Amino acid sequence: MMSVTAASPHAYLERQARWTWIEAAFWAATLLPFWLTPNYLVLASQIAITALFALSLDLILGYAGIVSLGHAAFFGLGAYTAGLAAKHGWGEPITGLMLGALAAGIVGYAASFIVSRFRHLALIMITLGMGLLLHEAANSASWLTGGADGLQGVKMWPIFNKFRFDLWGYTAYTYSLIVLFLVFLVARRIIHSPFGLSLRGIRENALRMPAIGASSRAHLRKIYTISAVMAGIAGALLAQTTETVSLEALGFQRSADVLVILILGGAGRLYGGLVGAIIFMVARDQFSGNTPQFWYFWIGALLVAVVMFLPNGILGGIAKLASTWPGSFWRGKS
Amino acid sequence: MIGPVIGVLFDGFAYGMLLFLLSVGLSVTLGMMNFVNLAHCAFAMLGGYVTVTLMNRFGWPFLATLPFAFLVAALVSIAFERILYRRLYRASDLDQVLLTIGLAFVSVAVAAYVYGTIQQPVQMPSYLRGSVTILGVGFGIYRLFLVAVALAITLLLVAALEYTRFGAQVRAAVDNQRMARGLGINVDGAFAFTFALGSGLAGLGGALAIEIVGLDPSFAFTYLIYVLIVVSVGGLGSIAGSFAAATLIGISDVAGKYYVPELGAFLIYLVMVVLLMWRPAGLFGRR
Amino acid sequence: MSALSTRGLDKSFGSLVVASDISFELPQGARHALIGPNGAGKTTLINLMTGMLRPDAGEILLGDEEITALPPEKRVTRGLVRTFQINTLFPNLNALEAVTLAVCEREGVARAWWQRVSAYPSAVDEAHAILSSLMLGGDCYRPTRELPYGRQRLLEIALALATRPKVLLLDEPAAGVPRDESAELFAAISNLSRDITVLFIEHDMNFVFRFASRIIVMVGGRILLEGTPEEVAADPRVREVYLGKSHRDGVRHG
Repeated sequence: MMSVTAASPHAYLERQARWTWIEAAFWAATLLPFWLTPNYLVLASQIAITALFALSLDLILGYAGIVSLGHAAFFGLGAYTAGLAAKHGWGEPITGLMLGALAAGIVGYAASFIVSRFRHLALIMITLGMGLLLHEAANSASWLTGGADGLQGVKMWPIFNKFRFDLWGYTAYTYSLIVLFLVFLVARRIIHSPFGLSLRGIRENALRMPAIGASSRAHLRKIYTISAVMAGIAGALLAQTTETVSLEALGFQRSADVLVILILGGAGRLYGGLVGAIIFMVARDQFSGNTPQFWYFWIGALLVAVVMFLPNGILGGIAKLASTWPGSFWRGKS
Repeated sequence: MIGPVIGVLFDGFAYGMLLFLLSVGLSVTLGMMNFVNLAHCAFAMLGGYVTVTLMNRFGWPFLATLPFAFLVAALVSIAFERILYRRLYRASDLDQVLLTIGLAFVSVAVAAYVYGTIQQPVQMPSYLRGSVTILGVGFGIYRLFLVAVALAITLLLVAALEYTRFGAQVRAAVDNQRMARGLGINVDGAFAFTFALGSGLAGLGGALAIEIVGLDPSFAFTYLIYVLIVVSVGGLGSIAGSFAAATLIGISDVAGKYYVPELGAFLIYLVMVVLLMWRPAGLFGRR
Repeated sequence: MSALSTRGLDKSFGSLVVASDISFELPQGARHALIGPNGAGKTTLINLMTGMLRPDAGEILLGDEEITALPPEKRVTRGLVRTFQINTLFPNLNALEAVTLAVCEREGVARAWWQRVSAYPSAVDEAHAILSSLMLGGDCYRPTRELPYGRQRLLEIALALATRPKVLLLDEPAAGVPRDESAELFAAISNLSRDITVLFIEHDMNFVFRFASRIIVMVGGRILLEGTPEEVAADPRVREVYLGKSHRDGVRHG
């Protein structure tokens, strides 16, 4: 670790929370696709949406330690809500987004009472089960959701009455990126707050928390709800930018993929989900093509490799390498 | 009028027996070592493909392939245990989940590459086809065979567990690993053997499943979900729990699909979630 | 009115009786020690008092308030706090973060998600002060898992102090602490404010005789006897059960 012997506790904590130049560079780089790869803006918006979804999972998994195999339930809820609103005549994007967030948040709040009570295998199974339940319910309620055919007739109005959703994805990417950034700011605030500290406490040692007077369950319910809202926003974005919603938005595959993405990038580092999403989606776009089995072979092999050799994901591996470089390099000024 | 009910119950019970064979190994090893092996159904799939290969490529009779399905799955599982799994016994739940899901992905891809993605056609021998009518109700012969095999294996397992010294050691290790080690029981050896046995049984289950549910590369995941449901509902480390849960799930699933097809798989997921909320350690689990 | 008292506590696991009719009182500001052979039920008793185990029968009172039905975190808020025999810390948090967390939880501020931690300077200052008083100030930025064992033991106590305890239950505070790190631990215990009532479990008799004004002896889930150190040392029953061996060896129990 870097030597900070002379720093006061306040200065130390300030420094932990300050924006580094690398973060600034990352966000600046997200603007590059407009110039460098204008043909891929649709893909870019998909990446931004997946990154947002991964970020929501990071909050519960990377920071609070809740292993969920059913998080796509909230993504799908947001997607279907926004899609249904647009289908039935209300195509205004921003309010549609908020409706999706609200729907996901309400269900997330209800589910949080169950989720906060369990750990280990029971928790994994319950989250898996709830996700599968919702998927089945959506499948059966085809009068509402369109069933296996998906939701048809989603028509979005232009944003602020000016920016129409175009075929090249300019509006889609700008919209998704801005939403991602705003939600990211909220997530970043949470991480650096006392609440964020308590979440890390739960993850680090759940047994110690009641012994210091913490009500872990209340904390877990809160972050689970917040995470559900964020996942719902991501789902709503997908529905709005692609003007379609299908069952796979709620499916196990999506829950498993986002888990892989987060682990690949590195959980508990805030940027892990973002980095993982970029790598995963770009690689999938390039390689999966005609033979999906090759894709799953390499993803499987990668997962095994990450668990055996890079337990903290790519960002963790980089952080380990980087800890050999002097602290001043990272902070800019101290 | 009773006819269809008994028919449904029997089919459900047979399906439950299949689930039992697939799940019992995972339940015991989870209870012993707390190792979450989500590649368990990949071993089942392997057993199925062994049977397919031996029958279709080499013309072996069905019954002869069964011991090999068991053996190959057991041997491969030992290899994985030595090389990969044993490094992760103390790792977090998440790491174990990810590693074994990764292995499952790889196995699915390999199966698709070697065998293609279509269902494998396999011909059961004539003496296992058709049905027999008892008291006016038709019972499928293959399903009777399946039930007989499963019950025989259950008896063997229970007898081994209760009456042999090795069985006592396994029970001790499931109950309290630290104490068992302290008593000089070779827990690691017991675990490796039990793991191989459990995976072998899964392989056997996979071979037997071909006639009931078919075999294609997605088997490793589709049935993983059912197996996980049986294991978490039945309780970790319990043969009785797996048996009871498998029966419950098997009957619920078949009955549900027969009487209320609109609900589909909804019913068993609901049963699982509700049961886990009531008893998070499973019906027969401890903790 | 005593700081902490129990009346007729019973607990069994099947046929294994781990606590039988435990009744005692801790007066305000006491320094009492709980001793007994392994398996006597000392840690079980702490678990019962802090709420990690439910008793089969009996009552627990903190001051004049009955707390038998309260969950563990509520007992901590009311001032009943314990440390663990095996370090139960946050491996990847540093000492400053860990103690600040404890202070924030106490102040009810841990729910706040909109402001940075540094926006609560009084919590941070208090955390740093507690750490400094235990000689941990210089190490406070290192992750807990990098601290030497003795330092971690001190951090256990720091976490407990951050909750502003009225009654402090120390479960083998000296366990596993190497000789060269024990001085700081002893200093920390001596410096505990007289407003705090302390009950500690220890096997190290030097420690017990140095800090305890009264000793409770537990054997097989029951209280054998209670008395001053001299009374206990002289009692032949205790000697037979426990005391004679370690006094003769003079070796610290780890």
